[in-house]
Formats: sequence, C-alpha cells, structure tokens
Amino acid sequence: MDQFIFGMEVVMNGLMTGVMYALVALGFVLIFKASGVFNYAQGVMALFAALTLVGIQNGQVPFAHLINATFGTSLHHFGWTVPAVLAVALTALVMVLLAFLIEKLVLQHLVGQEPIILFMATIGLAYFLEGLGDVMWGADIKTLNVGLPQGISDGIEEVTATWFGYGFFIDRLDLWATLIAAMLVAALVAFAQYTKQGRAMRAVADDHQAAMSVGISLRFIWVMVWSIAGFVALVAGIMWGTKSGVQFSLSLIALKALPVLMLGGFTSIPGAIVGGLIIGVGEKLFEFTIGPMVGGATENWFAYVLALIFLVFRPQGLFGERIIERV
Amino acid sequence: MIYREAGDFKTSYRDDSQTFPIRLDRWGYYAILAVAFGIIPFVINDYWANAVLVPFLIYAIAAMGLNILTGYAGQVSLGTGGFMAVGAYAVYKLMTAFPDVSIAIHVLLAGLITAAVGVLFGLPSLRIKGFYLAVATLAAQFFLVWLFNKVPWFYNYSASGQITAPTRTVFDQAVTGPAASAPAKYLVCLVFAFALAWLARNLTRGSLGRKWMAIRDMDIAAEIIGVNPLRAKLSAFAVSSFFVGIAGALLFAVYLGAAEVGEAFGINKSFLVLFMIIIGGLGSIFGSFAGAAFLVLLPVLLKNTLVGTLGWPTDLAAHIELMIVGALIVTFLIVEPHGLARLWRLAKDKLRLWPFPH
Repeated sequence: MDQFIFGMEVVMNGLMTGVMYALVALGFVLIFKASGVFNYAQGVMALFAALTLVGIQNGQVPFAHLINATFGTSLHHFGWTVPAVLAVALTALVMVLLAFLIEKLVLQHLVGQEPIILFMATIGLAYFLEGLGDVMWGADIKTLNVGLPQGISDGIEEVTATWFGYGFFIDRLDLWATLIAAMLVAALVAFAQYTKQGRAMRAVADDHQAAMSVGISLRFIWVMVWSIAGFVALVAGIMWGTKSGVQFSLSLIALKALPVLMLGGFTSIPGAIVGGLIIGVGEKLFEFTIGPMVGGATENWFAYVLALIFLVFRPQGLFGERIIERV
Repeated sequence: MIYREAGDFKTSYRDDSQTFPIRLDRWGYYAILAVAFGIIPFVINDYWANAVLVPFLIYAIAAMGLNILTGYAGQVSLGTGGFMAVGAYAVYKLMTAFPDVSIAIHVLLAGLITAAVGVLFGLPSLRIKGFYLAVATLAAQFFLVWLFNKVPWFYNYSASGQITAPTRTVFDQAVTGPAASAPAKYLVCLVFAFALAWLARNLTRGSLGRKWMAIRDMDIAAEIIGVNPLRAKLSAFAVSSFFVGIAGALLFAVYLGAAEVGEAFGINKSFLVLFMIIIGGLGSIFGSFAGAAFLVLLPVLLKNTLVGTLGWPTDLAAHIELMIVGALIVTFLIVEPHGLARLWRLAKDKLRLWPFPH
C-alpha cells in the first residue's frame, strides 16, 4: 500500500516534469512544422532567454567582461533593477530580434538545402548563442526570480494527508508551470486554427511552394515562427531557471526534449504534449522501481531507449504523419 | 606537362582505376607519406605531438568512421562519442587483463568489439530513418556513457571511476602511459591512420561501398535492384564502429592517458566528429582528414591569438572561441555546404586547365 502511494506521488511528479519537457518540445515542433528545420538550438535559446531576463532584471551591463578586458575598465552593473513584467517584455523583444537576425543571416541563405545541413547549422547556432550568452552576461550561475511561487504546496499536502494518510510533496512551481504550459498550448492551438497568420503558418507547413504561390510571405512566417519559438523558449527558460538556477545545464533540456519528439512525432503539437507526459512519468517510475537495482541515474538514457523501442514498432511516432515512400 | 592526364598512358584497368590518376597527385601523395613517416618523427616535439598531430590523426580516424556511416551509407549518427567510449574501455580492459599481448592487437580487438556494439545499435536503422534515426543513436550515446559510469567492472573498481592507461611498449618503445615519447605516440597513430585510410578508400570504391551509396541515395530503390538493406546497413555500422572504436582506443590509450567517460566521450565529442565530416565533406576520405585538421587546428590558433596575443582572460577567450566556432560552422554551411573536399576538387579542376582556361 505504501509502495502504491509512493508510486502515485512519483507519477504526479513525473506528470509535472513531463509538462516541462513538453514545453521545450513544443518549440521544436513549431519550427519543424513551419520551416522543416530541426532546431537543435531550442535549448540554448531557453538558456539565452533566461540569461537575458536575469541580466535585464538586475541591470547588468551587457558584454561587461569583454569591455573590461579590452579597455581595462571595471563595469558590471548599471545600478538599477527592472520590474519583472517589464523585464519579461524586454526579453521577449530581444527574442523577436534574435528570430529576425537568424532568418536574415542564416536561414535565408540555406533555403532548399538538405535537412541535415540545416540541422548542422542550428548546432552551429547553438554554439554561437551559448558563447554569446556567456560573453554578454557572464557564465556564473544566477538565480532567477520573477515572482512565481515556490516551495512545497501545503494545500495538496493536507488534502492528500487526509485522503491517504500521507502528504504528497509537490512543488508549487511545478503546479504553476503546468498551468502556464496548458495555457500556452491552448493559446498556440487557437492561434494556429483561428487567426490569419496561424492559417498561413499551417499552409507553409503543408507545402512551401503552394503557400508562396497564393501570396504568403515565407520570410514573414519564418520570422514569426522563430519568434514564437523564442517566446516558448523564454517561458521554458523562466520555469527551469526558477527551478534550478540559470546555468549552462539549462541548455541540456533540449536533449530531454528530443525523445519526447521522437515518441510524439516531429510534426504534432498534441504529440509533443502526450509524449512529454509519457516520458516524464515513464522515467520517474523507472527510476523509482528499477533504478535502485542498477545504480540509479537512469533518467539520462531511459527516455531515449523508450523512444527507440517505441519507434521500432511505429516509425513515425505516436501522432506523426504517416511516412509514405515512393521510388 | 604540369598537372595533366595527358602523356600518362594507362595500359591496364588496374592503372586506369587508381586513386590518383594524375601523376602530380601521385607524387604529392608519396611526398606527404615520405614526410609523415620519414621526417616528422625525427623533428617532432611534445607540444606539436600533443596539441596538433596526435589528436589530428586520431580524429581523422574517427571522422573516416563516421563518414563511412553518414557520408557513404547515409545513416546519420550522433552516437560517435559513445562508440569511442566502447573502444576506450575495451582497450583498457584488454590492456589490464592481458598485459603481455601487444598493444596494437588490443587496439584492433577494441575496434572489433566496438563493431559488434555498433551493429547492435544499428539494428533500429532497418526500421527508422532520417532524423528519427539520428535521435535514436543518441540512445547509444547516453546509455553507453551511463553504463561505463555505473558498472565498476569496466573501470576495474578504481576509486575515482577514471581509467588510466598503463605503460605498454611496441618494439621496446613506450607508446602509452607517462613514459611515452612524442615520436612513438605519433608513429603509432600515423600507422593506424594510414592503414585505415587505405582500407576505407578501397572499401568505399569496391562493391560494398557501392551498395552503401545505393542505400544512401534511396534505400527502397536500392532494395529493388538487389542490394540487401540489412547487410548493407549493418555492415556500414560495423565498419564505421570499427574505425570509431580504434579512434576511441587511441584517444584514451595514446593521447589522453586517463579518461573519465562523461567528460572525454560525452555528446560534445559526437558533435565534434560530425562537424569534422560536414566541414571536411560528406562521402570523402580526404574530407575526413581536412575536417579533422580544421577543427583540431582552429581552437589552438584561436587560443594562441586570444590569450597569447591579446592577453584576454582564459574564460572570456573560451566563450569567444565558442562564438567563433559556431559562426564559422554556419558560415561554412552557407558558403560551401559540401565542405573542404569540394573546394579541393574545384581547385583541382581549375588546375587541370591552368594556365589556359576556356
């Protein structure tokens, strides 16, 4: 009985983690659908967004380290702090600018290249952004606080304590993250289904050439999609950054999102969410049940192996479009 | 004449299908071999061996391996780091278990063990294609690194979890361990790189290589004309992993001397080797060497410039280096997506007509 209740708690926590994975995976799916680019830089974009947010909030001088090294000055802070809401808005603006630059400087020149080349370009982009983030804001671990509640949720603990005689430990931040992710997904689906730009985006995803021939501007759609992905990265960056500090390891969440994508299918928004939940719960349960027997830390690979085995039976993922091949 | 086929009469099919059909190319090739085997070992010092030449040769082997899989057989792999770790841990176990057997045999055996592991992780490639396969090979990367971290048998129960190469000799010269001299390390890597490059070149232009290329260009069509996809894909995984395993074994035993699996064979290593073949050129043996040279030399040059000349602090230089490498990769992909090998081919085509282009 105890094991069962522990297991339930593990499942709850797994679901929350899964939502976070789904949030990152969502950014991948959006870009892959609209431009066929497998954007490895999504995780680094989350890191960059979080770094920028912290930097703006604390009034850090950008490139302070570089300026100091070149001119022998000792700048570090402007000496003001920016309110959280304004800082988030400014960071979103930076992400839009970034999207515009990426389109202008990189994607535009790579139209029609093979997918592997585009993928490699985004790895190069990831390296660049990682270096840029560190040069701009410094590489030390920063704490991020935009006023999201943190700590154990007392309400849930009390309720479960009366139900099961055992209080569940659930972080309030995870609850908020779930809520915000759900809202974000709903907003994105509504945007894609009901607005003019959303329809144009789906048209581009369906067929570039046909979309262009009816007068949709590919460049505008790409900038838009990368901006949205940048915004999703910002939200993911806030969540993960609040949870475990803004540091390099934040960019590794991209690696967590990949098996989610494989499982759910690269082209499906519901797939990203369901895949995220399955992976989140699966890896937590596996670590809980089998982990102690094999030395723990199975979370690093379990998701990949699960996705791999799954793909052998269904190569297009859970919700992916059916792969049809012709000679 | 300079750089012409004209006047170099081929009297047999064997001559006609040789790797370097132009006489000047052939001479250049022999000259490079003569310098590499005959001169460099006598003038090499520790800095050049450890910073440039040994890593260049080792990464060239790894890049050839990945190029066989990705460039010739069209199966994108992100598991190179994991397979290199297999080679490293295999050679470590063999070296410590059978100290009397020659290190060269251990390295070859490590390659064979890696080939077997590679075939195992190549099995999904029969069902999964493209990006899905690329991500699936990450399963190999993460699982293998975790395995070598968690199972103490692999690192002989050492307290630090590290593996350290003991001293082993070839012809009474130490090639591994702290006593190894620069020329010995260099020569061991050179012999392996040369032999494997010869093997790779001849495999890829033979019937096996043609089957790989047919699978790469379109696997269904290849199957229809009679290429067995099971054999072609798995043999590509086996040969590729053999190369990568040898590279991993050499990287650990000769170059690093001691290694911690997550640090030495992490995902970044997989990306590094992938960058090498993209920048060097997919489907080209020369490209593997060129890409390895580029990415081994670039950080050394940048570090010397930024820290040595400009006097910046090392952490800032490391970040700037990351930016420059990233930007260069993107620039390279935009300017020449087919890599250095293609630039080389273009230059040779121009040279054939020089000085009278039409």
